[in-house]
Amino acid sequence: MYAQMVKTGVEHVRSKDEMSPEEQAFQERVDADIKIEPKEWMPEAYRKTLIRQISQHAHSEIIGMQPEGNWITRAPTLERKAILLAKVQDEAGHGLYLYCAAETLGVSRDELMEQLNSGKAKYSSIFNYPTLTWADIGAIGWLVDGAAIMNQVPLQRCSYGPYSRAMIRICKEESFHQRQGYDAMTKLARGTPEQKQMAQDALNRWWWPSLMMFGPSDADSVHSAQSMRWKIKINSNDELRQKFVDQTVPQAEYLGLTVPDPDLKWNAERGHYDFGEIDWDEFYQVIAGNGPCNRQRLRTRVKAYEEGQWVRDAADAYAAKKAARSKAKAA
Amino acid sequence: MTDKKEWPLWEVFIRSQHGLAHRHVGSLHAPDAEMAIMNARDVYTRRNEGVSIWVVKASDISASSPGEKGPLFDPANSKVYRHPTFYEIPEELGHM
Repeated sequence: MYAQMVKTGVEHVRSKDEMSPEEQAFQERVDADIKIEPKEWMPEAYRKTLIRQISQHAHSEIIGMQPEGNWITRAPTLERKAILLAKVQDEAGHGLYLYCAAETLGVSRDELMEQLNSGKAKYSSIFNYPTLTWADIGAIGWLVDGAAIMNQVPLQRCSYGPYSRAMIRICKEESFHQRQGYDAMTKLARGTPEQKQMAQDALNRWWWPSLMMFGPSDADSVHSAQSMRWKIKINSNDELRQKFVDQTVPQAEYLGLTVPDPDLKWNAERGHYDFGEIDWDEFYQVIAGNGPCNRQRLRTRVKAYEEGQWVRDAADAYAAKKAARSKAKAA
Repeated sequence: MTDKKEWPLWEVFIRSQHGLAHRHVGSLHAPDAEMAIMNARDVYTRRNEGVSIWVVKASDISASSPGEKGPLFDPANSKVYRHPTFYEIPEELGHM
């Protein structure tokens, strides 16, 4: 997902006997679906895990602008260009909502930026794949945003108030992202044979990385179990992945495209699609920094930050000058 | 990386189309109020969400603390007579 394999720092799920009275009261509030707000007492591990999870999510939104930004100048029509610009601007906005939510937990924006720019912080594996053709923009909206929505919709109900509210705003805007992607894919799939081939090629390249977004099976993960107890994770990775496959396969069929998985077939008994093995070696390589675009993504990010320094400096200088003037006037 | 002081945090309030009060929508960093309003426009009103923006420095807001919740709000619990549903109106009178 946009935050993958988030560690909680615990070795096992805390039982009631291990909890202090404060922690028990906290857990009871979470169990009763009462939102936790910034100034309230919370376990240190909950706070730290949330900072990791929300900031990873935010970093993903910010890095996620790059693969799509790559096509803004080459969008096939003015309308597609306007749509893509609006979508990329939304991603920046989503990053900002999430950074603000993380900051309510006591981390500063500068620290978060430093973690991203230094390569210390993680972001979703999916954004380390290149966007080779225009069809990739359609595929990202349809598949990547589709997968993100699977995860984000339940997170609207998460236990931490500011995160939940950020998710609600994001989900409202995200639906446009997926639809515009499917719309672009539809145009290609119904176009010339070459255009249809482009759409198929994009599906071939984005299908498996999209399934990897949900992260490896976490059926036995202590961290996932603890996060679910805290209600900052609502569904298991496998559960969401299955839901995504079930939802997406008919959409591919409708386009007349083939999902690149020979093992994919409807299982009437389970009421779900069975699908093939995911290449987890590839996933671990990508999150270790060895994906096709990891270095390029970080380089572009740092360059943008450094080259924007003079703008931030100018805004600072202007604010200081104005403040000094109004002070002089008042005196 | 800059060693400059971080820009202050501003809380953003937006009034939507239909004459409702300004509502808190989120926060952002900006060097001054003017920039905070410009940034708030881009971050919080990309889809016609508002007709007016307020920004206020987060550090200028005083808030009740979670610990005061009991003393502040519990007294209202016992005053059910402040709600219209406390009173029974004869059915033959219709709506009141």
